Amino acid sequence: MAVSLREYRARIKSTESMKKITRAMELIAASRIIKAQQRAQAAAPYARELTRAVSAVATFSNVDHPLTREEENPKKAAVLVITSDRGLAGAYSSSVIKETERLAERLRAEGKEIDFYLAGRKAEAYFRFRNRPFVKAWTGFSDQPTYDKAAEIGAALIEAFLKEQGEDGDVDEVHVVYTRFRSMLTQEPTAIRLLPLEVVEGEEAPDESELLPLYEFEPSAAEVLDGLLPQYVQSRIFYCLLQAAASELAARQKAMKSATDNAEELIKKLTRIANQARQAGITQEISEIVGGVNALADAQAAND
Amino acid sequence: MAETAVEHLHVELVAADRTVWSGEAAMIIARTLEGDIGVLRGHAPTLSLLSPSVIEIQVADTNQLVVAAVDGGFLSVANDRVSILAERVERAEDIEVDQARVDLEEARRLLDSNDEAEQRVRHAEARIRAAEKVS
Repeated sequence: MAVSLREYRARIKSTESMKKITRAMELIAASRIIKAQQRAQAAAPYARELTRAVSAVATFSNVDHPLTREEENPKKAAVLVITSDRGLAGAYSSSVIKETERLAERLRAEGKEIDFYLAGRKAEAYFRFRNRPFVKAWTGFSDQPTYDKAAEIGAALIEAFLKEQGEDGDVDEVHVVYTRFRSMLTQEPTAIRLLPLEVVEGEEAPDESELLPLYEFEPSAAEVLDGLLPQYVQSRIFYCLLQAAASELAARQKAMKSATDNAEELIKKLTRIANQARQAGITQEISEIVGGVNALADAQAAND
Repeated sequence: MAETAVEHLHVELVAADRTVWSGEAAMIIARTLEGDIGVLRGHAPTLSLLSPSVIEIQVADTNQLVVAAVDGGFLSVANDRVSILAERVERAEDIEVDQARVDLEEARRLLDSNDEAEQRVRHAEARIRAAEKVS
């Protein structure tokens, strides 16, 4: 018997308390997902109206805006990586980082240099540990992003994008890698190109009644577009952050659920081994007693 | 088509992270970069940028007035549907006047050194005005 019964009992106990913790985290993540989904839903009207307005302007004026202009010879790309702040969410952060590496490889193959912008402590730690340079990191909000944060990130990215080619910190494209929330069970890391904007937002063609009326623009179409596009970019980033938050929570719930299941399994196994050890101990004790009694009896018989 | 179906303006007042107010209204007053604008039924389709200001919405069939402060954003009118979008929208009832006054002071002090300060001054002023309107 390699390990004594007492040690088995201690291991069962510690596994049990671990199970309690993972179960609690699972429940917390589950209740937060609902909140995260509600937030995503609450933000939807803004994104919808904004998209409508942008396509209205785009339809009736010649869209030539710095934010939509393709650089003829793109040399540099910015990549915004959205990961979580905390771990214990399974492969959530590492699959985003893997997707980022894939994108980075593709961009490098096209002859572009890459500036990294990071959101979430996990991405920051990954880059720091490998001593890889990044331009800026934002942390501390991954499971409940606010619009202010999205605006901050958006402003930094737009600023870098609008710089002239050759200027320090200039980028010609902006990509975002985040995790799309498909359902509670599937979340997929996705890379999208954010800038330059592609104004054709036609995921589905508008039907007759949806046709946009002729708008009057105040002060002018160009100025309205000037005001709209940065907000549009920020709302896209906000959307990505919200999706990422919901995905993070879903991933955490799933990871914690399997941790709880594993703990249960382990407890079952350990209990079985502990019982065996206990029975073996009892058997040994009995055989020792019987042996002792026999020895006594033999000694007595010899005396008589 | 629009005349028969809609008797009032359908208004959506939307902030970046939520819908602040939505419903039927008789009239809306807002301030664009070019000046005040009042929107009634049958207004021509318009898309205009707002300055940081107070939005007033006259709710349909009542005397109720919805007052809110926005930090910019824009107003779009089409087919008797009005949407007002801004990153930050606050209902007048939710504005803390004291906090707004503090913000105003702070923004005024920054006026010379900071380009954004003017926006912030206007936003703070709008918040105070909105709050005073309902009190």
